[in-house]
Amino acid sequence: MSRRDFLGLAALSVPVLAGVAACSSSKPSGGAGTGNASGGGGSTGTATYWFLSGQPQQGIREDSVKAFNAASSKGKISYTEFQNDAYKTKIKTAIGAGQAPTIIWGWGGGGLKSYVQANQVEDLTSWFDQNPDVKSRLFPSSFGAATISGKIYAMPSEAVQPIILYYNKKVLDKVGVQPPQSWGDILDMVPKINAKGIAPFSLGGQSRWTNMMWLEFLFDRIGGPEVFQAVFDGEKDAWSNPASIQGLTECQKLIKANGFIKGFQSITADSNADQALLYTGKAAMMLHGSWTYGNMKSSGGDFVTGGHLGWMNFPPVDGGKGDPSDTVGNPGQYLSISSKAPDAQKQLALDYFKNGVLADAEVKEWIKTGSVPIVKSASSQLSSAGDDTPFLKFIYDTSSQAKVFAQSWDQALSPTQAEVLLDNIAKLFALSISPQQYASNMNAVIGK
Amino acid sequence: MTSVAPPILQSAPPPTASRGRRQRSLSWLALPALAFFVLFGLVPLVGVLLLSFTTWDGIGTIHPSGLTSWREVLSNPGLPHALQVTFLIMALSWLFQTPMSILLGVFLAGRQRYRGFLSVFLFIPLLLSSAAIAITYKALLDPNFGLGAGLHLDFLSQDWLGQPNLAVATVVFVVSWQFIPFHTLIYQGAVRQIPESMYEAAQIDGAGRVRQFFSITLPQLKYTIITSSTLMVVGSVTFFDIIFVLTQGGPADATTNLALLMYKLGFQANLMGPASAIAVIIVLLGLALALLLRRLGGRDTTASQLEGA
Repeated sequence: MSRRDFLGLAALSVPVLAGVAACSSSKPSGGAGTGNASGGGGSTGTATYWFLSGQPQQGIREDSVKAFNAASSKGKISYTEFQNDAYKTKIKTAIGAGQAPTIIWGWGGGGLKSYVQANQVEDLTSWFDQNPDVKSRLFPSSFGAATISGKIYAMPSEAVQPIILYYNKKVLDKVGVQPPQSWGDILDMVPKINAKGIAPFSLGGQSRWTNMMWLEFLFDRIGGPEVFQAVFDGEKDAWSNPASIQGLTECQKLIKANGFIKGFQSITADSNADQALLYTGKAAMMLHGSWTYGNMKSSGGDFVTGGHLGWMNFPPVDGGKGDPSDTVGNPGQYLSISSKAPDAQKQLALDYFKNGVLADAEVKEWIKTGSVPIVKSASSQLSSAGDDTPFLKFIYDTSSQAKVFAQSWDQALSPTQAEVLLDNIAKLFALSISPQQYASNMNAVIGK
Repeated sequence: MTSVAPPILQSAPPPTASRGRRQRSLSWLALPALAFFVLFGLVPLVGVLLLSFTTWDGIGTIHPSGLTSWREVLSNPGLPHALQVTFLIMALSWLFQTPMSILLGVFLAGRQRYRGFLSVFLFIPLLLSSAAIAITYKALLDPNFGLGAGLHLDFLSQDWLGQPNLAVATVVFVVSWQFIPFHTLIYQGAVRQIPESMYEAAQIDGAGRVRQFFSITLPQLKYTIITSSTLMVVGSVTFFDIIFVLTQGGPADATTNLALLMYKLGFQANLMGPASAIAVIIVLLGLALALLLRRLGGRDTTASQLEGA
């Protein structure tokens, strides 16, 4: 239990000295550049792989598989793409029905744990022991959410994705305010921005986990990481902690002050409408994952390239106990192997983990789209990323210097708890329940 | 969703030889339909009933657990709320759809050429998938990028799906927009069945259009109203797709009906036992409502409506 502790994700101890880069011998074949093999087909056995759609990440995932297929002599991997919210349901149903793909793309944490408890995914601990190179080239912190009861059940992949506070510089200038340095600043700014007919914060509230990001930061900044850790550890009445009640109250204060865009409860994050509100200047700021940068750059005209997008870590709350360097988000993505897959497919998947996942070409692509891939050698490449360098350095520093990098709540908790959590967060944001009701509703499902 | 009634099989020995021969051949004809009904109607139903007495996360093994799931569901504060939402949407969509469908049906039953032309347009929603309709409406109703914002019409830029009451009303409207054409079609057919002679007689007696509608058309449509209402009411117990795409049950839980609650418990919270219990409740509710509406139709459904025609 202690290893998968979400605090175990703490301290992304990435060696800053890239010269000592452990990225040694592991990698010749996969990075053979732009393979053109199609995603499907293959004569010597085909492994299946499901992952999320949505550019630019979708294209990188496709390219990674295509490059592997082009270089692989043993067999091919065919992939299928799904939208975020649809995928979360689809993958669970498929695993339960024994129809899982060979490679299961996921977020680690509580969801992975439910697969492990049902014996649906392979234990990769001994494979990592036999292939130390594969393990040592990745951020050590990325293994936290892949580890259940001391055993590794998933291959960390892709990029580290902290949640950050974005702002539209043009809008803040127009209003005449500076980016907030504290929670008090945020509450002070709200009426000024509203007075200009602009929404202070964009929010895709129908997706629910978008609202959750606000609570994650408020809880941390007010009471430190221990507050949610107590929930995670299943302590009785953990949600009634005074810091928790204060966080919930502060959040409702912001909602009541019209801090969020009109109609936020009917906006979904899947449609990227929340990002559009920020780059079209209808909203001044947005709390969102680092993965939104790529889309804002490609869809927002000159918003990103013209230097109008600003970013920062969530500011401290006055008098709060949390360390302002703390952050939350996804410490990586996670690839597991279905235990129901035939051995040949499992072998092919392991081959892909070793030679395909985060091959040099894929690492370059992640950096190109404004993400920090979880390989140690990435740090040396960030400064050559052109106009994305400042953002990438920020993400790298935020992730590596965070005292605590917490996993998103809905991913860390069991699916049963996560659903009640999201349901109650939606009610909290609709102001239909009070912080105390929220706490008692949530206390009822602790440990489930 | 429509429910299918099983064919009635009589096992009592036939009184005479000739009737017996005919009955045997009829039962044989019902077999294919019966097989489909058992396979796709009864077997899943029994499966769900059995699942409701188990604990299952949808991934691992299924453990029998007696009444645990039922206790969990019946004490879930979301259940009374979901029931309330279900009945509210049912009532509102019936109240909205029935008068609209009857009026449109009567109008389109006329044989003027322009009415045939209009009816083609009216029936377009029937051809579209629910998901496509919901996605389109969601885009049109977006408070910041939707129709209202695009055309700068303030009365259109309401927070249609973000305010609890407005969201319910919007859901009812979109559902009705999709299904009114279907019910209109039923009424159109029924109105055309009414004998012309009744209207001629009424005209001779000096009845006007409105009087004819209330004294002849409506009474003659009695059984059609019951049929159409049954489809609406029983169908609204299982409304899912449009609501899920439009609001996902939100804001908060303002549009979470039984079907959405079942989905959330089963597929998002991994509680298949309680979700199955809700599925059983949905089935029972649907059956009870269908029976009730049949009763409303009166005992003797074969009685003639054409007295004096």
